Amino acid sequence: MSNYALPLIWRKFPERYNLLGNKCTNCGRSYFPSRKICPNCRRKGHLIEEVMPKEGKIISFTKVFSAPEGFEEEVPYFLAIIELINGVRLLAQIVDNEDHKVLIGAKVKMVFRKISEKDEESPIAYGYKFKIVE
Amino acid sequence: MRSVSIIGAGITKFGEHWERSFRELVVEAGIKALQDAGIEGKQIQALYGGCMASGMFIGQEHIGALIADQLGLNPIPSTRVEAACASGGVALRNAYLAVASGAYDIVAVGGVEKMTEVSTTIATQALGGAGDEETELFFGATFPALYALMARRHMEEYGTTEDQLAMVSVKNHKNACLNPYAQFQKEISVEDVLNSGYVASPLKLLDCSPITDGAAALILCETNLARKICERPVEVVASAQASDSLALANRKSLTELRATKIAAREIYEKTGLKPKDISFAEVHDCFTIAEILAIEDLGFFEKGYGGKATEKGLTALNSEISINPSGGLKGKGHPVGATGVAQAVEAYLQLRGAAGKRQVKDASFGLTHNVGGSGATVVIHVFKAIEGKR
Ligand SMILES: [Zn+2]
Repeated sequence: MSNYALPLIWRKFPERYNLLGNKCTNCGRSYFPSRKICPNCRRKGHLIEEVMPKEGKIISFTKVFSAPEGFEEEVPYFLAIIELINGVRLLAQIVDNEDHKVLIGAKVKMVFRKISEKDEESPIAYGYKFKIVE
Repeated sequence: MRSVSIIGAGITKFGEHWERSFRELVVEAGIKALQDAGIEGKQIQALYGGCMASGMFIGQEHIGALIADQLGLNPIPSTRVEAACASGGVALRNAYLAVASGAYDIVAVGGVEKMTEVSTTIATQALGGAGDEETELFFGATFPALYALMARRHMEEYGTTEDQLAMVSVKNHKNACLNPYAQFQKEISVEDVLNSGYVASPLKLLDCSPITDGAAALILCETNLARKICERPVEVVASAQASDSLALANRKSLTELRATKIAAREIYEKTGLKPKDISFAEVHDCFTIAEILAIEDLGFFEKGYGGKATEKGLTALNSEISINPSGGLKGKGHPVGATGVAQAVEAYLQLRGAAGKRQVKDASFGLTHNVGGSGATVVIHVFKAIEGKR
């Protein structure tokens, strides 16, 4: 992964720690991560902050065996496309579960975790992951 | 808009060229294309070069100027085009538009990537840049992982199997054995693919295209002029390009590339052609699932039938439709910035009947399909051979 500068990491705190996105009051669509304009309404749109729900379900998943830099110690790990209960989709790791429970349609909820650690000098990146709800 | 034709093409051997530099590769392809066209360098009025990530791969940017300089084409305008793995195809499209618009009569197109100078980790990072840094790469997504998410969903919705994915790779390796420019000259079996180890399940190592060095080049010319100076021009019948969300999660469907469907619809509407009129297609098989999505989204097979069609041999050389007669990205190799141009070189050779052992019989229309990232850029071209000078 890239050498994240600290300002980039700080800027992303509300989004990555609390799933803060936004919503267009003109068309009602929710966005995560937040957008600067509503791609559906463009200049007619009006965006307000919206915290995403923390629950959803798995749309698709993969078990990653060949990891990028900063993720070597996590291997193998699950990545999934998750659909939150408001319909917004995001990509995240699935953690704390037995492999056979990671399935399309499985219900998940957000947890807060360390994402990657490049080396001792680099800042540790934190953010959202998801776990299966029994 | 004026009609545009290809009058010359050049390509280097694709593979791991540890002994050869970026510059040597691009010059070899460029000179071959000029020689093939039988024109002088000074007749070229502009140059468009596709290159994805030379900054990370060789520490060199400003590739437009570099190519013109190395080929002795200064002071013509030379522009680098970057659209991830679709850089080459988008460079071709920009050159096509420049000639079609009347701005220039003869233009060169190049595509190049030198990927083996860095470690696999750096190469993975460079390629990862085609995805969404903030919502994909940050969370540990790799390119194989993104396509694996599409593959898993396709298996779930349509019953596509890991064996069928493997068969794409087997077919493309078989075709590559007939292509002297291809990186791999060895047939593989379904078992070889299944036993090659997961990279990101359900995709295994042999479901993935390799890391490759290579370059390709074309000379484009306004068609009336092309008929006077070239014996067998290959006309660019149509060109279309579409964009989609950078991040995979923001797409409505994981089992199609919407940008492919939209660009394909534009191609068929512009030309009046139907998918069954296409004799062969060079499609973007960066991963085996990508070929299955492509042959469905291009309309060659019904959605969900791509895996079964492959299993039945309908995409093999000289079957119902020859898909990736060159060996595709999987068998021929995938020097990312060169790929889109190399696909058009293959179409040019096939339509002129110059493709040797991998020749598609009675080829009338050939299609090329080049994808950037996980589908955020798609560019499609259709070609046919026309009468030239006698
Ligand atoms: Zn809106």
